[in-house]
Amino acid sequence: MTIKTGVSIIGGGHAGCEAALAVARLGIEAVMFTISKDSIAMMPCNPNIGGTSKGHLVREIDALGGEMGKVIDHAFIQSRMLNRSKGPAVHSLRAQADKAVYSQKMRDTLSSQSNLTIVEDEVIDIIYENGQISGVKTKNGNTYECRAIILCTGTYLNARCLCGETIKESGPNGMEAATMLTAAMTGLGIKMRRFKTGTSARLKRESLDFSQMIEQPGDEVIVPFSFATSSETVQREQVLCYLTYTNEETHKILRDNLSRSPMYSGLIKGTGTRYCPAIEDKVVKFKDRTRHQVFIEPEGLDSEVMYVSGMSTSMPEDVQEAMYKTVAGMEKCEIADYGYAIEYNTIDSSQLSATLSFRGIAGLFSAGQINGSSGYEEAAAQGLIAGINAVKFLRGEPEFTLDRAEAYIGVLIDDLITKENAEPYRMMTSRAEYRLFLRQDNADLRLIPRGYEAGLRSAADMERLRQKEEQIEEEIARLKKTRIGVTDKVNDFLIGHQSTALKNAATLAELIARPELNYVVLVSLDTARPLLSDDITEQVEINIKYSGYLERQLRQIEQFKRNESRKIPADFDYDAVLSLRHEARQKLKTHEPQSLGQAARIAGVSPADIAVLMVSLNAEKRRTL
Amino acid sequence: MKSDTIFAPATATGSAAGIGIIRISGERAISITTNIFPALTQMKSHTICYGFLVDGEEVLDEVMVSLMKAPRSYTCEDIVEINCHGGIRVIKRIMLALIKYGARLAEPGEFTKRAFLNGRIDLSQATAVCDIITAENDIALRSGLRQLAGSVRETIKSIRAEIMHEVSFIEAVLDDPDGYPDTAVREVGIIAIIDQVSQLLQMAKQGKILKDGINTVIIGKPNVGKSSLFNRLLSEERAIVTDIAGTTRDALHEMVLLGEVMLKIVDTAGIRDSDDPIEAKGVERTIGHIEAADLVIFMLDSSLPIDDDDRRIAALLADKRVIIMMNKSDLRGDGLLRYARNDESGIVDKTFPHVDEIGKLLVENNVDKQAIIHASMKNGEGIKELEEMITKMFINSDINEQEAVYITNVRHIEAMDAAHASMENVRRGLSERVPEDLLTIDMMDAYTSLGKIIGEAVEDDLIEEIFANFCLGK
Repeated sequence: MTIKTGVSIIGGGHAGCEAALAVARLGIEAVMFTISKDSIAMMPCNPNIGGTSKGHLVREIDALGGEMGKVIDHAFIQSRMLNRSKGPAVHSLRAQADKAVYSQKMRDTLSSQSNLTIVEDEVIDIIYENGQISGVKTKNGNTYECRAIILCTGTYLNARCLCGETIKESGPNGMEAATMLTAAMTGLGIKMRRFKTGTSARLKRESLDFSQMIEQPGDEVIVPFSFATSSETVQREQVLCYLTYTNEETHKILRDNLSRSPMYSGLIKGTGTRYCPAIEDKVVKFKDRTRHQVFIEPEGLDSEVMYVSGMSTSMPEDVQEAMYKTVAGMEKCEIADYGYAIEYNTIDSSQLSATLSFRGIAGLFSAGQINGSSGYEEAAAQGLIAGINAVKFLRGEPEFTLDRAEAYIGVLIDDLITKENAEPYRMMTSRAEYRLFLRQDNADLRLIPRGYEAGLRSAADMERLRQKEEQIEEEIARLKKTRIGVTDKVNDFLIGHQSTALKNAATLAELIARPELNYVVLVSLDTARPLLSDDITEQVEINIKYSGYLERQLRQIEQFKRNESRKIPADFDYDAVLSLRHEARQKLKTHEPQSLGQAARIAGVSPADIAVLMVSLNAEKRRTL
Repeated sequence: MKSDTIFAPATATGSAAGIGIIRISGERAISITTNIFPALTQMKSHTICYGFLVDGEEVLDEVMVSLMKAPRSYTCEDIVEINCHGGIRVIKRIMLALIKYGARLAEPGEFTKRAFLNGRIDLSQATAVCDIITAENDIALRSGLRQLAGSVRETIKSIRAEIMHEVSFIEAVLDDPDGYPDTAVREVGIIAIIDQVSQLLQMAKQGKILKDGINTVIIGKPNVGKSSLFNRLLSEERAIVTDIAGTTRDALHEMVLLGEVMLKIVDTAGIRDSDDPIEAKGVERTIGHIEAADLVIFMLDSSLPIDDDDRRIAALLADKRVIIMMNKSDLRGDGLLRYARNDESGIVDKTFPHVDEIGKLLVENNVDKQAIIHASMKNGEGIKELEEMITKMFINSDINEQEAVYITNVRHIEAMDAAHASMENVRRGLSERVPEDLLTIDMMDAYTSLGKIIGEAVEDDLIEEIFANFCLGK
């Protein structure tokens, strides 16, 4: 049977969900293929959404018009704002999710979405003729005609799971691997890499002794992820997580059995991530540490299964049994599911452009773990961008891309397509060089206009945003204008707040800028203060308090933008620039950077190569003038 | 587009090679060079002419001069090339003469830059230039950073590594707050970096001093021999006379090459308590000169006891680098030409009765660093000691005892200044208890700025940067 559609989305994980929703919401017919509807928006690893920098991604997805933030606001069972004691740029929201509720809520959203069909079938071939995508073929013998495809296959490409000496040719959670699609992609000339990731065992809740562990409660006041979620609706009762530690005995068991770990026996060839190493890795690499943290997290409100964060492993089952039992509070633990490592193919993401389409295969996009990233949020962010661009492609509209100074999503995608990633890529706040502007608190201000431009945000959203901006500006202007005279009362107040007394009158803004003071405490000196919502005053305070830093960062951004604006023509002939070093030429030809700025970020391209490139570009420009 | 006239030796200076070439390029290349080679006005383009370089009455060298008029030259500007005898002294004298008549020393790679900007270099030639950049990036960097000794590179590298280390420490905590809860910022390490950057900047500034000339003031009571010293220095055939300001009461301003060091000397009106308004004005100006000076030469008459005028002068010298010239040692009859150093403990030389007293006076007035030279302007004794002393002070300064390394390139100083300013922001941030994730903004700025000096960062204005690092005079 042949079915006509607009865009085929292969996979129903976090990337696939955002991609499918974006396409359908932008008015294009979308088909999402999944081997099993049960696996839609599944969380096969940790039961949380957000965390440092990942929380930023969720906020950005939300501001652009994506779904993840709304779903987690519905499905969370505990929430914390991390790094609260640090600067506003690194405050990061993290929520524990009820995995089943999360998946269900996402499925409900997908099924109620017009223009979107979910098909339980496996895509086994991509039809690419005359330089364009024309459809996909499925295992059930159907052909779906479409002009764009978004690959969101996660870790399923040629996947195999390893647990000790046991190897299963399968995707996560025992789902089937996608072998035929891998062959189809290779047939299109797509280059692959082999990566590795892993997860920990799940333990039965009733077998654990929480009295031996340290309780980890959620925040007293919960902040929602989505800008559309009202604060009141998320003030719910929360579950506890628990902290415990490994010990020398745990480490000894791991060391004694290292030869049985597929990572050390040589069974695993893929590269693992440094950010979330397996416990056997930690023991080997950090020999001096006598203990490692272990967080016990519920997988759901009604779930009897607890996730063991910090102890992912691919040790054989008997070693896992022995090892987990050495940890305080886990002495009698029963394992519900064993930990395992998974090895899978990812594409070499240097083949992608910033729209997440394959350069040279018009209409083929890919998003998520298939691109070599790790994490639900990273996947969802890519899915959203790929979805938007698939529609732009079909309509012949300009590309939709975000840059490093605009969004964490911009950093994520630029890193994926530009840098050499030898391991699964995890977002980190330290990867964002302009993070003081890329805060989670201002994601709406930064990206709702871009979401509007993409077509996912409404004019009403823009109007609300405009009002918010106006209120922020007015209040900042008022604080800069309002002078506080020198009186005993004022100086008593200041001294009472460990601040220095005034010698001359000062503006309220100047007082807010003092490290020891803030907007809230100054209310007693600020008689004319208007009633403003917390999200407004938060912006006001950050802008005043950190203005010096913001200005400096702004200058860095301007410099960055200048280099980004120095475009390299798509047909630029690197071979004609004889003086480029061989390595640099290869790298530049592989990545085909769009700007000098991007070229400079490619590993193996030196400042001298950039100089050469620049001279050549200038010479060429002069010649053509 | 700058239209000023630049020059640079096109051959390695100081080599034993028999010949040296100085290339002059710019709108005024011909008119400037005509001052020292009058025959130039008669020359046709692309010809070469034999003759003598003269500066006024003085013959500088026997030379061959070639002329390439715009636009048929490497830079598309008028170019004059002087083939002279290759000795460093000769080349320096010619260069000083060119400076005197209004040319300036080219920045590294500036000839090539002009060629490029004037459209002289097309794609294939640009490629050739690029070949050199690529193949000899390191060498180009080194020649661009001629004064940047390997040890400074190492210092900068190590400071950068330390910044990176501290930043990564902060970042790790930010990215994994569960793994590293409540970890304090390593303030001590950061402050150590700030101090290192300050030191580096100081060193760099000194390097700049060397290039532009050390601002030097000669002071002392009337009739102690200031003018004699001044004239002595000028008469050594090392001065370029560029009389800047006019009257007898005003300071003269001269460039003097003393050994390896260029001095920019101000001869001041005598400092003396006076009701004479004109003199008072001169004194005021002298105080200004002292403030701006890198080096003060304080002249005393060794035949006379120290008086209030001397004390008044000493009081102006706090925190200055000072050399004391005890003039008229010949009047004491022993003709000893010695200098003694004050190593905090006091003056060691007891030969002269006033020396102890002077030492005490200087210590009382918190004078930075002093040496005493016994001199006689009458028979020229003490000049050599002065030269040695200045060289020692500025080339082997105690700011960096082990290695005399200077950064003379203005851009390097700018980058260093920027790094320093960034690190000062970090210092302020620390004192204001700013969250550490904000400190990293300035730390990374400093990192980038330092990277520019050693060619490990690509800056916005790439074209300026590459050409600055490109070899001089090409």
